[in-house]
Amino acid sequence: MSDAPAGRSPTQLALRRFRKNRRAMVSFWLVLAVGVSTALVPMVSPHDYRSQTLERSKEAPSGTYWLGTDPNGRDLMVRSFYGGQISFAVGLLATAVSLVLGVAYGATSGFVGGKIDGLMMRFVDVLYGLPNMFMVIIIMSLLGRNFLVVFMVLGCFSWMTTSRIVRGQVLSLKEKEFVEAARGLGVGTPALILRHMLPNILGPVIVYATLTVPSVMLQEAFLSFLGLGISEPQTSWGLLISDGAGALNPLRVYWWLVVFPGSLLAITLFCLNSVGDGLRDAFDVQQK
Amino acid sequence: MLGFVLKRIGGGILTLYVIATLCFVIIYFTPGSPLTGERNMPPEVLRNLQRAYNLDKPLHMQYLLRMKGYLTGDFGLSIKYPGKRVEELIFPAFPKSLQLGGLAFILAMALGIPLGILAAGYQNKVPDYLSSSVALAGICLPNFLLGPLLVMVFGLYLHWLPVAGWPEDFSGEELLKLLLPAFTLAAVHVAYISRLTRAGMLDVLHKDYIRTARAKGLDAQTVFLKHALKNAITPVLSYAGPMAAYIITGSVVVEKIFNVPGLGQHFVDSALARDQAVFMGAILIYSSLVIVFNLLVDIGYSVLDPRVRLT
Repeated sequence: MSDAPAGRSPTQLALRRFRKNRRAMVSFWLVLAVGVSTALVPMVSPHDYRSQTLERSKEAPSGTYWLGTDPNGRDLMVRSFYGGQISFAVGLLATAVSLVLGVAYGATSGFVGGKIDGLMMRFVDVLYGLPNMFMVIIIMSLLGRNFLVVFMVLGCFSWMTTSRIVRGQVLSLKEKEFVEAARGLGVGTPALILRHMLPNILGPVIVYATLTVPSVMLQEAFLSFLGLGISEPQTSWGLLISDGAGALNPLRVYWWLVVFPGSLLAITLFCLNSVGDGLRDAFDVQQK
Repeated sequence: MLGFVLKRIGGGILTLYVIATLCFVIIYFTPGSPLTGERNMPPEVLRNLQRAYNLDKPLHMQYLLRMKGYLTGDFGLSIKYPGKRVEELIFPAFPKSLQLGGLAFILAMALGIPLGILAAGYQNKVPDYLSSSVALAGICLPNFLLGPLLVMVFGLYLHWLPVAGWPEDFSGEELLKLLLPAFTLAAVHVAYISRLTRAGMLDVLHKDYIRTARAKGLDAQTVFLKHALKNAITPVLSYAGPMAAYIITGSVVVEKIFNVPGLGQHFVDSALARDQAVFMGAILIYSSLVIVFNLLVDIGYSVLDPRVRLT
């Protein structure tokens, strides 16, 4: 990057590297398109995701029902995109929850240091050791199966890596001169963490967050597939695929029930992972 | 070595205890009773039922009774299947899950490692692209999607493979029933292992000792498979621990798709029906499996790499 003018910030340079990564950029626009259509399609579609027409159950894709109908005679297209809304919402909200928890926990642990730091990180180790998905299933099965519980629980079980990253960064930042200078000028602890340290650790945190989104969406789909996540009349990609898998039989193959929500999920997972990998490569300090 | 194993077994028992306690507490403090799902029943019946399941006793008594049960090998009574002991439900199902998981594990290793070696050997040539496409598919086709797709293509359209069930004997035709579920369970890990093997091989192939081996005239195959692979494989081995945990969770879904009468079915059913004793029993069995497997991986690690000291 020798031709870069002197005045660019590291973030701008990283974004420039990201824009040069074709796979990541294509993925970025594609997943944006999927995200926007999950919002638009249910709005413009003449069908409602709940209204059942039982005599038109499991119809193949046609002019009226572009992606066919589900076992209850509901339009699969509007359901697939509406389900996508829920899947995206769970992914983003759970990631937000995990970010808040992880940053707060990691920053506290790293900033306080000493014995408390050791203790707090031991707790994270213990959480890593637990069979994560089982804990989620236990709590989900008991707290009830609704949207709020799904993203809160998933968020509460995916903050550990973020907290480790943040703690490591805070530990090294604590020793930097500019932090000492800020402290010398009388900046209080909260402002020190929020104004001076946080902007410096945002890069890796955001990168990890973009990789958390697909992983949480996958977990949501997994739970919903088992009937332990989102429940009717709401729907999500996992639940739709589960319905489709349940309708498979040797007499007639209702392929559209699996293929359409499945490809939306597959495309989204692929794109989000590519964007996350692209950001990771672009922001990776060692690669410069 | 022995000290290490004993220490880890102690730690494992402690983890199991924590998990059991956590489950118990969460279940206890969840509003509503698993018995109230039934139709309206006379209060005497309800009271008798509560007594039978120890639900009439105070928290600490229930807890102590449950823990004492686990120590003496008594897992309690199922609520969903009245009159059935948890052991009667879980123990016949567990070996099936274990066999399916074991097969998936072997399949993941047996497909993933050679694919990775090929990719490293033909870097940026056809086998390399092949293996990265497999890895890509692994990312975006989770098992609960791949399973139904495979059923559709190989079972319902092509009629090549049976789509569901569990082998009743050891004849070839019956054993074919294992192929789709095991592959579905293994697919993601084939992708991961091949990437890890490839990266490990490429890393090792630049080392001096490989150049020495080549210089003294060893043929490429010996260098690749004997000298390089042994060191390249360590990241794969450290993936084996988490992989076992993923396979166990994955098997819950795969058993549902392929109608395998394994532990996963009981696990999901008991979670939905709030059948406490079965649920806790299944969780404990799954968790012990993860713990045992991680121990085996660590031992394997020290065998493969003598520099790793077990402490």
